[in-house]
Amino acid sequence: MTTTLVRPTEDAKLRVMKNENWTKAVYETNGLNLWYGTAHALKNIDLSINEKEVTAIIGPSGCGKSTYLKTLNRMVENVGDVTISGNVTFMGNNILGKAMSVELLRSKVGMVFQKPNPFPKSIYENVAYGPKIHGIRNKAMLDMIVEDSLRKAALWDEVKDRLNKSAYSLSGGQQQRLCIARCLAVDPEVILMDEPTSALDPVSTHKVEELIRTIKNDVTIAIVTHNMQQAARISDRTAFFLNGEIVECDRTSTLFSTPTDERTEDYINGRFG
Amino acid sequence: MDRVLQSKINRRLTKDSAMKWLFGAVVAAVLGITFFLFYGIGADGVGRLNLSFFTNFGSRFPEKAGIKAALVGTLALMAVVIPVSMFLGLCSAIYLEEYAKKNKWTAFIEMNISNLAGVPSVVFGLLGLTVFVRALLLGNSILAAGLTMSLLILPIIIVASQEALRSVPDTLREASYGMGATKWQTIIHVILPSATGSILTGSILSFSRAIGETAPLIVLGIPVIVQFLPTGPLSTFTALPMQIYDWAKRPQPEFADAASAGIIVLMVLLITMNGFAIYFRNRSEKKLKS
Amino acid sequence: MTSIKPTEKLRTRDVIAAAKKNEKFGKIIPHLLLAVTSVTVLATFGIIYTLLKETFIFFQEVKITDFIFGTEWAPFSNADQAFGVLPLITGTLKIAGVALLIGVPFGLACAIFLSEYATPKIKKFIKPIIELLAGIPTIVYGFFALTVVTPWLQSFIPQLKLFNALSAGIVVGIMILPMIISLSEDALSAVPASFREGSYALGSTRFETAIKVVFPAAISGIAASIILAASRAVGETMIVSLAAGSTPVFNMDFTGSIQTMTSYIVQVATGDAGYGTTIYYSIYAVGFMLFLFTFLMNRAALYIKTKFREEY
Repeated sequence: MTTTLVRPTEDAKLRVMKNENWTKAVYETNGLNLWYGTAHALKNIDLSINEKEVTAIIGPSGCGKSTYLKTLNRMVENVGDVTISGNVTFMGNNILGKAMSVELLRSKVGMVFQKPNPFPKSIYENVAYGPKIHGIRNKAMLDMIVEDSLRKAALWDEVKDRLNKSAYSLSGGQQQRLCIARCLAVDPEVILMDEPTSALDPVSTHKVEELIRTIKNDVTIAIVTHNMQQAARISDRTAFFLNGEIVECDRTSTLFSTPTDERTEDYINGRFG
Repeated sequence: MDRVLQSKINRRLTKDSAMKWLFGAVVAAVLGITFFLFYGIGADGVGRLNLSFFTNFGSRFPEKAGIKAALVGTLALMAVVIPVSMFLGLCSAIYLEEYAKKNKWTAFIEMNISNLAGVPSVVFGLLGLTVFVRALLLGNSILAAGLTMSLLILPIIIVASQEALRSVPDTLREASYGMGATKWQTIIHVILPSATGSILTGSILSFSRAIGETAPLIVLGIPVIVQFLPTGPLSTFTALPMQIYDWAKRPQPEFADAASAGIIVLMVLLITMNGFAIYFRNRSEKKLKS
Repeated sequence: MTSIKPTEKLRTRDVIAAAKKNEKFGKIIPHLLLAVTSVTVLATFGIIYTLLKETFIFFQEVKITDFIFGTEWAPFSNADQAFGVLPLITGTLKIAGVALLIGVPFGLACAIFLSEYATPKIKKFIKPIIELLAGIPTIVYGFFALTVVTPWLQSFIPQLKLFNALSAGIVVGIMILPMIISLSEDALSAVPASFREGSYALGSTRFETAIKVVFPAAISGIAASIILAASRAVGETMIVSLAAGSTPVFNMDFTGSIQTMTSYIVQVATGDAGYGTTIYYSIYAVGFMLFLFTFLMNRAALYIKTKFREEY
């Protein structure tokens, strides 16, 4: 029998990363600039990502949307020659400062990538990976976390009989949901999704979207997508990026029905991108 | 006009197929030489392969000579070479692939490794003789020979392991870092397990190189006729290729047969190891294919 | 081991926050690994240092010009001991020359066949055999030269001695074959398919394409493979020690016994020259020459490969 983990309480959250400046926005970005070498990839980004909302980031390829997402868990630094200025706070904590441990940040901010990238390990080991590296060794507890995460990712019924099989035995869509389960296993505050369905077929895409709808009660989601219909279907707020700038950011329904900027209108009507 | 052109083309096509057969014949010749080599040696040695050949020590009398000490010595040598070279090689490969920044020092280390790979094995023998046998007073022991052989195969292990680490897709590293894993955790729990197969393949091939190497052992002064089994890492010993070398040099044809038999044992050992290497390579190819 | 478990009030994130973490360990790891990696640098310097140090002592006893330009090598002679290295270099070059004469045409023909003609199925059959050839210890090749190749050659070259440069050189050529084949084939396979397509579209045959288009495009990689193979032949020890004899001669005869730099080192090591004698130091001087030869050749191969690399 499974023990469902309880809903977050304000109290539990504060105990983990307490900071007095923390307001309702999980992420607060002010005047963020980023350069790859000399190429100016993000220009003066101001954006908030609100708690338990799905924030979609749309825009043509090369507009900086993925770069922005990877700045939020500082994966962008792995690219190499990157210069960042400005301010990004996560629950009131400056994440760009030297004092921020990226490991701590990433234990609270999961990431799902374009292509499903499960480890060449068993399904069980994939989900247990996060809790294990963060110091949970108790087998019973790991079992519980694995089951709970797979249930949340709507994958449990499909894989419960073959937890010890290689993750590569799963279909592409199942692999991607496994990757989401892997994120959920560390009970993150936020999950960043970088075009998570771009490598999937329509049926699998639908399942992942369903999944996003259910887990957003529990976790904040920022999703980069090139698929405007997807943004419209699943997100609460949408930010439109173009050439490294934010053109417009609003409630999804507003942005898609009455965009204020001409470029947004052109883009959502398919005139470019 | 067309007929002239066609006859020219026909001539070129004839030349083309002639060359194809010529190239094919060369390949066949190379295969033939390989076969001839194995057959020529194998036929002479098979007769000598009996139980006493494995249970006898080396001897002045060809009919009594056996490879007990040499076989055990080779295994003892490997007991030093495998852990030492694996430790040095794997650490170096991990450092160079996962940690090293692209600077002059790293380039210098890489250049050193490629230089080291080209140094003749007999020169490694001179290094071992000066440093391990004489300066460190290890004498002609298993340890001295093992350390020399480890240095000899180190560049091969490093390069093979680097390639193995490089073949692990970056998406797996991203996934692990994205979970908040540290670099070391990522290496231990994700990268190394994914690369194990290819690392083993490269390492086993270099171990078989170390098993067959003779020249460094000669320079280190490893003896040939040893009438006892090694008792510890500082014990003196003899090894299969040394034994074969000694028998091959002796004028009596009976010793040549013993050398052939020794070569069969050596080659069976090496081909078995090659088999394992191929097995691990195939397994790792399957594992990383998603 | 942590005793905190997720309960009604605690979430996984709380348990993770409470778990012990050892972050200091991760900080020292790169330094430890760098220290281990430096062993390779140490080994190179160790080789150069030991060779130089003992060679220096050798040159206090033998004049450096006598060594480099001397045409007589007679270290074991009591009456007229001589340390002129040219006979050893001659011997080494004879072996390398014969080896390349065998290895280059055969190796390149095999490489072209594998990269331009062979179907994947044939490749799959041939490649493991070539790998097997590459894995044979040189002592086995040496025995092959002595007991199979020399008697066979003697059947139509009657004046061939038991120990001779010819059969040792031929077998060294066989030994370097796998190296030439695999490195050259890599270079040929790296030539983009568009080159071949362009040639075929003009009506060229497969042979013309291979020789006039693919081969020239891969020439730097092929040249590098030949130089590397030559360096292997120069450094080869066991085949020469077993089959080529130990007579340092300064002539152009391939049918008689010779001595190479490597086989001289082996001869002294198996003999009873005492520690500290001139003979003892001479193996380091010869070893240093050998090291220089192979080092320069390997550098040259790398230089050619990177400097003249075709940018496709």
